[in-house]
Amino acid sequence: MSSPFSINGGACVAMVGKDCVAIACDLRLGLQALTVSNNFPKIFQYGDNVFLGLTGLATDLSTVSDLFRYKVNMYRLREERNIAPKTFANLPFICGFDSIGCIDFAADFIVSGTATDQLYGMCESLWEPNLAPEDLFETISQALMSAVDRDALSGWGAYVYIIEKDKVTKRLLKGRQD
Amino acid sequence: MPGFDFSNYNRNAALHARGVPLPKATSTGTTIVGCIFEGGVVIAADTRATSGPIVADKNCEKLHYISPNIWCAGAGTAADTEFTTALISSQLELHSLSTGRKPRVVTCMTMLKQHLFRYQGHIGAYLVVAGVDPTGTHLFTVHAHGSTDKLPYVTMGSGSLAAMSVFETQWKPQLTQDEAVALCSEAIQSGIFNDLGSGSNVDVAIITDKKTTLKRNYIKPNERVPKLKSYIFKRGTTAVLNEKIIRKEDLGNFVSVHELAVEETGDKMEVDA
Repeated sequence: MSSPFSINGGACVAMVGKDCVAIACDLRLGLQALTVSNNFPKIFQYGDNVFLGLTGLATDLSTVSDLFRYKVNMYRLREERNIAPKTFANLPFICGFDSIGCIDFAADFIVSGTATDQLYGMCESLWEPNLAPEDLFETISQALMSAVDRDALSGWGAYVYIIEKDKVTKRLLKGRQD
Repeated sequence: MPGFDFSNYNRNAALHARGVPLPKATSTGTTIVGCIFEGGVVIAADTRATSGPIVADKNCEKLHYISPNIWCAGAGTAADTEFTTALISSQLELHSLSTGRKPRVVTCMTMLKQHLFRYQGHIGAYLVVAGVDPTGTHLFTVHAHGSTDKLPYVTMGSGSLAAMSVFETQWKPQLTQDEAVALCSEAIQSGIFNDLGSGSNVDVAIITDKKTTLKRNYIKPNERVPKLKSYIFKRGTTAVLNEKIIRKEDLGNFVSVHELAVEETGDKMEVDA
């Protein structure tokens, strides 16, 4: 029997650049070693430039992402404004959570999923401060692709979001299908 | 405060016995210390957060705000130290508002120990509580099961032995503020270098009856050496199958608002006058 955190597999990473942030995920959904789907994105959008990447048990990803969508919608209706706090609206910002809610305010990068160890290694060596959006895209993409190639439970392509002040760019990456 | 739900406890214990690993929480395999000096108290902490053998955060904050004159250093389960101190901080603020008095360190310590004892150690918060109030300068440790100590110098966390060895060799009564800060940072550095669960930088908080000074990253003995070469990829390295750009000004193109004429019907919704 295996841990609920590694039944379905999956990887997620976020990075800070100069006046931009990036968030990326793989696309695999598995049942232990059996790949069930190669189009299962793990990044969810909750505002103009608010994104949440989730990894872990797929049924919980659906439950949690839907619950957050409900909560964010209720917040927007109640407050009559988007969830993005004003202070963060024009400030690239990333943070991570462990499974019981401890926040990791990182100045560089955040990783999660079954490829966590690999991602830490890749990010630690490839990331550098003040990357322009185009360079941040290459860095986060290469970090994620290399990491998931060494994780049997992640991979099968990837989505990368580059979030800037005035626009969001979503790219589908070509990844190994094995 | 709502309690824990133990309905899955037996199931989880059975699962664990069959080899299902426990979920990994971020823990602060930590060195935290505190020391009283003439006119105040100083607490200090390292800044490493770990998840198993992995360093999860190289520069986290383990010095928690309780009230302007009371601060708390936390070791153990990171989320538990974070939320327990936040909860007690909130309760203490309301308490001081209703009594019209400045919060006392013993009050804070008692609230923490009663809260932690109620949960029989399931809340994994190990704390050093320090502060100055109208009754004087105080320094306590609070363990996850609810026991407390009151001492002139204290250490906690996985690096507590390394840190205590510094206090036991160098501590003396009637320290000055500067001596206490130096001693505490020395103790933390002993944890940083000799305990694998502790690392990175030294955070210090100095509390006197006049003011509190938080020195974030007071000592940075483990700065990353800058890379000698740049490893930026050439633009276009990554193969892209599909690209979509959403500009903020374009958002209006996806949403249109039409004002609808109000239909006059017999019944009107009941509204308050």
